Amino acid sequence: MENFDVIVVGGGPAGLSAALSAAQAGMKTVVIERGDYPGTKNVMGGILYTKATDLIVPEFWKEAPLERPIIEQRIAMLSGDESILAGYRDPAWAKEPYNAHSVFRVKFDRWLAQQAEKAGVMIIPETIVENLLYKGDNVVGVRTGRAEGDLGAKVVIIAEGVNNFLAVKAGLAKPLKPESVAVTVKEVIALPKEKIEDRFCLDEGQGATIELYGDSTAGMMGVGFIYTNKESISIGVGAILQPLIRNNWTPNDLLENLKSKPYVKRLLQGGETKEYLSHLIPEGGYTQVPKLHRQGVLVVGDTAMLMNSLNREGSNLAMISGKIAGEVAAQAIKTGDVSDQAMTVYETRLRDSFVLKDLHHYRHMGKFFEENTHLLKVYPKLFSQAVKMYLTADGTPKKQRQKEIIKMAFEKRSKGGLIKDIYGAWRALL
Amino acid sequence: MKLDDKLFLVRFNTDKLSHIKIVDSKVCLQQCQDKPCTRFCPAHVYDWDEEEKRIAVGYEGCLECGTCLVGCPFGNIDWKYPRGGFGVSWKNG
Repeated sequence: MENFDVIVVGGGPAGLSAALSAAQAGMKTVVIERGDYPGTKNVMGGILYTKATDLIVPEFWKEAPLERPIIEQRIAMLSGDESILAGYRDPAWAKEPYNAHSVFRVKFDRWLAQQAEKAGVMIIPETIVENLLYKGDNVVGVRTGRAEGDLGAKVVIIAEGVNNFLAVKAGLAKPLKPESVAVTVKEVIALPKEKIEDRFCLDEGQGATIELYGDSTAGMMGVGFIYTNKESISIGVGAILQPLIRNNWTPNDLLENLKSKPYVKRLLQGGETKEYLSHLIPEGGYTQVPKLHRQGVLVVGDTAMLMNSLNREGSNLAMISGKIAGEVAAQAIKTGDVSDQAMTVYETRLRDSFVLKDLHHYRHMGKFFEENTHLLKVYPKLFSQAVKMYLTADGTPKKQRQKEIIKMAFEKRSKGGLIKDIYGAWRALL
Repeated sequence: MKLDDKLFLVRFNTDKLSHIKIVDSKVCLQQCQDKPCTRFCPAHVYDWDEEEKRIAVGYEGCLECGTCLVGCPFGNIDWKYPRGGFGVSWKNG
């Protein structure tokens, strides 16, 4: 049996960041990846945040395969054929130090794996990890799906992604529940770059994003998204699995529904679909974060539920958790103590960082939306009706119009209901 | 655009062995009225076969998201990852 200091299960952003930081600290490190190479099994929206990635590979933007720097973020609320839009644009985001880029995981993760290899990480592709190896209660390695495929390690970092098979087997996590995952589908639609830049009012090479709420998910808890790539647009929609099942939606119908919205249709017109993808997003939030460590084991990224859906941040939380895990593993190995107690440093450092601070901050959010299923049904309609009434010039005096708007709002949602919703949102989001 | 046409665009390295099993097909027939797996799976891997009275599993088209494992109300789908090197191989991701 070959022995390593650190075995990382899974070659995504979290796993590769963990491997890189462990190897940089002098550890003999291996990444076990089930795809042909890191990237081919990986899916995200995909927006990559600069600050977190820069901490993993300094000035990565000079070499890494990126699509477009994001200079504009729009939020749309859809109600039937109507839409309300808000946005923020800063051309400075097209230059260093940037804020975020659109990326494709297949290309980017392959590149990130190459950086890890340069730092001495070994990558074993096309290999499934079936279980952890134990000696008594102590984790001493992993069992892979290959013949004579046992590998020894002082620390195993579980970066297996949202489907948390190993974390469940190790007694760290519980099986996922339909209310704590969003099933998400995406299409990559090819369009000439000039068309993309014209339609989104971008200078050459610049990118934009749109998040779409309300009827984009047929009022279910979730979000639609449109991201510009170099020569394609990614459009996707994700909804919490429980309401999706209850409302008898198929994910593809939900995506087609979004694509047919007037505001969306025009952006995609003439494009050719190149790929259709699906993925689960861990939406359990703070209360569903599993146990993050045990003797000889650390849990990172999606497996650890480290996802902030409100700000659509996931890959950055994954990478930072991976980096910290790699450092903690190396430190524990150097001091010869990989006990559960020694591993708590990992959790402490996550708690001191934005990763668990942000999850803690939004800890009431999931429950708030789960218990108030009317929110994404009532308010898009109410807001678009209010804006429409306000903007319609039909000779009604404005004072009277404003009264009508308030009356309409109270018809759609009672005064008490409105106050309750505002208080609830305040508590969940601020 | 139809789902079948979209799935045609996905690159697979198909295994001869299925990575998906229905644990007990009696549960699908007798206990599961609604058969939600025939809808919530993004790749429509699951289809009710009225003649055979069982769920037919088209594992070859599985996009490996894991929705079925979480979504089956009876925990009746034994879904694993395909063997190393097999299954979906994304072009973009």
